[in-house]
Amino acid sequence: MSTTAAGPTPDPVGRPGLVPPQTGRRRISPRRRARRARIVQYAVLVVVVVVLASVVDWSRIGDNFFNQDAIAQIAPQIPRAFLNTVIYTLCGFAVGLSLGTLLALMKLSSVRLYRWIATVYIEFFRGIPALLVVISFGYAVPIAFGISIGSVTLKAALALGMVSAAYIAETLRAGLQAVPTGQVEAARSLGMSHGRTLVQVVIPQAFRIVLPPMTNEFILLTKDTSLVFLLGLATVQYDLTKIGRDALNNATGGLTPLFLIGACYLLITLPLGQLARYLERRGVRSR
Amino acid sequence: MSVVQITDLHKSFGDREVLTGIDLEVRQGEVVCVIGPSGSGKSTLLRCVNLLEQPTAGRIEVLGVDVTDPDVDIDRVRTHVGMVFQQFNLFVHRTVLDNCTMAQRQVLKRSRAEAERIARENLARVGLADRADSLPAQLSGGQQQRVAIARALSMDPQLMLFDEPTSALDPELVGDVLAVMRDLADAGMTMIVVTHEMAFARDVGDRVVFMDGGVVVEDGTADQVIGAPREARTRTFLQRVLDPTRTSGV
Repeated sequence: MSTTAAGPTPDPVGRPGLVPPQTGRRRISPRRRARRARIVQYAVLVVVVVVLASVVDWSRIGDNFFNQDAIAQIAPQIPRAFLNTVIYTLCGFAVGLSLGTLLALMKLSSVRLYRWIATVYIEFFRGIPALLVVISFGYAVPIAFGISIGSVTLKAALALGMVSAAYIAETLRAGLQAVPTGQVEAARSLGMSHGRTLVQVVIPQAFRIVLPPMTNEFILLTKDTSLVFLLGLATVQYDLTKIGRDALNNATGGLTPLFLIGACYLLITLPLGQLARYLERRGVRSR
Repeated sequence: MSVVQITDLHKSFGDREVLTGIDLEVRQGEVVCVIGPSGSGKSTLLRCVNLLEQPTAGRIEVLGVDVTDPDVDIDRVRTHVGMVFQQFNLFVHRTVLDNCTMAQRQVLKRSRAEAERIARENLARVGLADRADSLPAQLSGGQQQRVAIARALSMDPQLMLFDEPTSALDPELVGDVLAVMRDLADAGMTMIVVTHEMAFARDVGDRVVFMDGGVVVEDGTADQVIGAPREARTRTFLQRVLDPTRTSGV
């Protein structure tokens, strides 16, 4: 736009796009300017990398992040902890998904009281840190309700599930509302009852719509399992973060345990992210 | 024998009165085409028949059942009344065959084998026997609409409602759908068709009802209403539809 506006001789037809480029001496074409900017950006990057590489003491980095001894020490514990993390995640998600579905339906119910209960639940558990809920399940809840939840897995599933249910409910509600009304009308016009229409037509489609954001909830839940150490675990129940924290207390190795544990989490979450993208692409095609 | 008997039907959306006193009777085997300008209440009238819209006042009897009775088992009535929508509304997450068997199995409690046999018969009837395993998104609009017709027919309806079935279709796909509807009419199906296809209304319709402003303006044989309309409003509408170049100043 700026080049055309500067043109001294207006096009006879009056179409601005046809103004010949001005042959100014100091002006350079936008394309050349963009290339120059790119070269400068690369140069800055190279300088930063070179400076960093020369300043940093690589053997210290190696000692602190990739310490062989520390790796050897923590490695035997990892498979068990990895499995535990996956189990806590799956059980938590099972609770979260069932409770979340119920809450989403309640939120869309024609009964005002149900809507109200669901709203209070969602706002409450979305608003408080998951940490508090996990602590409650570790100490207060069993005492307050006079029940003993024996299994740590069950405690973790309930605590994490109740938190993620709040998020899942909101996601699902959006999905349920995104199902076109025409789908409901078609089912009803065939004589299907309200409930049957919900189960056969609306919910399956809503789940399809929310699969990508639901994968996100799953990833968040995976990371939240790092809070289960608050439940007081026996050694065989340790999750990834717990063994990482414990290993930090050893004198050697610096941050190596955390680095390794972080990689383990990525091993779970990165494929899930891929899955979400794949589902998203597939979802677009089937519409 | 009358299949549909509508008496003094009123319907409002909030303050907006869409239907202001409709009387209409549809007899067994009749094909009634409802025409009229957009916003005249044609679709609302049709949707009141199977209670997708709740009438504000008046009485509608469908197959001898008063559907405006608050205690009516509307799901039961709807199993006898097929409906075809402008936007097809096929279940996008199910195959063509599943679309046609779902309600048969869920509502009529037919066995899978029987439901599939009936579904395949009806798919063959609309010329899509070979697409049973496709997903709706893999079909053209015209094919989707024909599946929608097969889905409705699979319930063995005694009345079929068509809500502008060809309005969302590319022009070259309209013919296939109209041909299926013509076959259906020839087979003696009772049909109420809201449509802008004047040629279809004239050729296939036993009766044509012209609506405007929420009332039935003219109701008669197809030849009379389209060929020799008595009312000025009908004439104006038909002129606009049949010769769109002469819209203004009429």
